[in-house]
Amino acid sequence: MNNAASAFQEFRAGVFALAPLLVGVIPFGMIYGALALANGLSPAAALAMSSILFAGSAQFLFCQLLGVGAPATVIIAEVGLLNLRHALYSAALAPRIAHLPRHWKLALAYLLTDEAFAAISQRESAGEAGSQRHWFYLGAGLALWGGWQLSTAAGVMLGARLPAHWSLDFALPLTFIAIVAPLIRNRAMLATAAVSGGVALLAAGFPFKLGLLAAALAGIAAGWWVAEARR
Amino acid sequence: MSIWWTMLACGMVTFVIRLSFIAAEGRLTFPRWFRTLLPFVPVAALTALVIPELLMPQGALWLSLNNARLVAGLVAIAIAVQTRSVLWTLVGGFTMLALLNGGVPPLTIADSLNPHVLR
Repeated sequence: MNNAASAFQEFRAGVFALAPLLVGVIPFGMIYGALALANGLSPAAALAMSSILFAGSAQFLFCQLLGVGAPATVIIAEVGLLNLRHALYSAALAPRIAHLPRHWKLALAYLLTDEAFAAISQRESAGEAGSQRHWFYLGAGLALWGGWQLSTAAGVMLGARLPAHWSLDFALPLTFIAIVAPLIRNRAMLATAAVSGGVALLAAGFPFKLGLLAAALAGIAAGWWVAEARR
Repeated sequence: MSIWWTMLACGMVTFVIRLSFIAAEGRLTFPRWFRTLLPFVPVAALTALVIPELLMPQGALWLSLNNARLVAGLVAIAIAVQTRSVLWTLVGGFTMLALLNGGVPPLTIADSLNPHVLR
């Protein structure tokens, strides 16, 4: 098979691998659009953020922090910590795309999200990756990007008219449950989840959602401690 | 204007994090402790987002079977562990929540977006 044909097949496979995740992403994007307006962002800023930040949970956090009047430094620090998990995805992807030209690396880095990475790791663990696998990454990344922009726009347009009894905001915890559950494969990861969740509850009253930061750091420390103790 | 600068800064930080290892591959190595801690970051960050959504849907701890989000979330966790399918987790979680919330009168989303009501 020639390269162009297999590139296209890989791209299409990437789009299809991501498609099921859009069931969560679309309501998530819509509720983000509505939340952004409710917290004082202009429609233009709400839409721009989906391209500039392109990270659902961080965009939620940004809006919530804006709504409670958090200073810019706090917003940037918390978004940075929340998105630090993408460094792991970057590390996993790095050796597989090391041979690609720079524009590919920049594009794939920009498109690297929880959802795209989940689709990629599922595929790689099934051992189906070939020499054109970067087209799969691009397909998955762009499918998510398109779905995110469209659903965000829908949320901005519908805004406060979205019926609350649809509970669209429940898409956020559901998506993350689906992403996290397969990652909990050992005791150290279980400790991370338990401590992070526990501290998140205890520290829920912290100003500017700083409890989120405390919970994530405590969870990381707990996982590391359990992993070291068993070594 | 300052919202835009904050947004751009957040975007830059996020992009740099996503590019970090991809750009550094073969050029520089990260300290070992950083690589050791890294695998725990996604579970830690995402669980910290999820748990309060399930256990504190109104902003205060609500440990009860009447808490529809908690029950639907537990069902979703069970489905996610069993099937490892994102689609079934979402479908199961949303369906469960809809069934449990069957009798709740519709509010407008403006009520639930009020930061003092929601989370």
